[in-house]
Amino acid sequence: MSSPSHAHHPAYVKIWAVLVVLLIVSVLGPLTGIRWLMLLLAFGIAVVKAYLVAKNFMHVNSEPRWVAYLLIICLALVIVLFAGVAPDVMKHRGLSWENRAAQQAVEAGSHAAGPAHE
Amino acid sequence: MSSRPIATSRTAAGLPTARLVTWWVIASEIFIFGGLLASYVMHRLGHPEWAAQAAHTHTWAGALNTFVLLTSSLFAVLAHKAAGSGDGARAARLLRLTALGGTTFLCVKAFEWTHEIKAGFVLSSGGFWSFYYTVAGLHGLHVLAGVIIMLFIAADAARNEELQRVECIGIYWHFVDIIWIFLFPLLYIAR
Repeated sequence: MSSPSHAHHPAYVKIWAVLVVLLIVSVLGPLTGIRWLMLLLAFGIAVVKAYLVAKNFMHVNSEPRWVAYLLIICLALVIVLFAGVAPDVMKHRGLSWENRAAQQAVEAGSHAAGPAHE
Repeated sequence: MSSRPIATSRTAAGLPTARLVTWWVIASEIFIFGGLLASYVMHRLGHPEWAAQAAHTHTWAGALNTFVLLTSSLFAVLAHKAAGSGDGARAARLLRLTALGGTTFLCVKAFEWTHEIKAGFVLSSGGFWSFYYTVAGLHGLHVLAGVIIMLFIAADAARNEELQRVECIGIYWHFVDIIWIFLFPLLYIAR
């Protein structure tokens, strides 16, 4: 049975409606033709939707505080992983090394995609 | 000695053991999907040519699946509410609707993959497609597992038994929903 801390239930249908409206906005984003706006809408809305689901559907804020800390620590460690590995993956050359396979893949892909992607 | 199962009674961590375990599962899943998504993002940023590959994914199928998962999450949380008030029959009905949402999601995914594979985009077609099939496939396996477990829990809930499990499968399902919320813009919108 649910714990007493979950006795208060928010208006789930209204939250679902907000989530669906946000989904529609993120799908319409590419129609603006503005790349930065499209990416901002898509990922900004994804963060908002994830927050709404975690808070209202998963009831993270009704759990003991350590549950939220646990999730935040896990996410922070993923960011540490990204920060540690990304420079070697995203850059294809450094002071004394170069990733020729990646450079060739970018070049071949850019030629195949045409001038718009170069 | 009490006959109540330990999953519903122990509260050493401030919450029942079943829910404690569910949160630990979620924590480990954050590393599984977080590592995979972090790898995808760093490769995607290093390979601008992947945008041309991503343009072949079906945005509307992805959007439909997002809608399906969001709606199934609503059913899952309503099932939790029903279980909280002791209405096992309603919780079971709502859980079965949630499972139907999961099944619909998998059917749409199968339709998408069939079209993509027929068009020649397979796991070995390049970096983007390797990530696409791995991430979406792993997520799909989580959806399938959730649907199967949910149907077992719904069968118990219909008899007003083990109602605490309704909330646990709900938490898991919402997490699967959150993962898709991030996969959708990464695989379908960002081009």
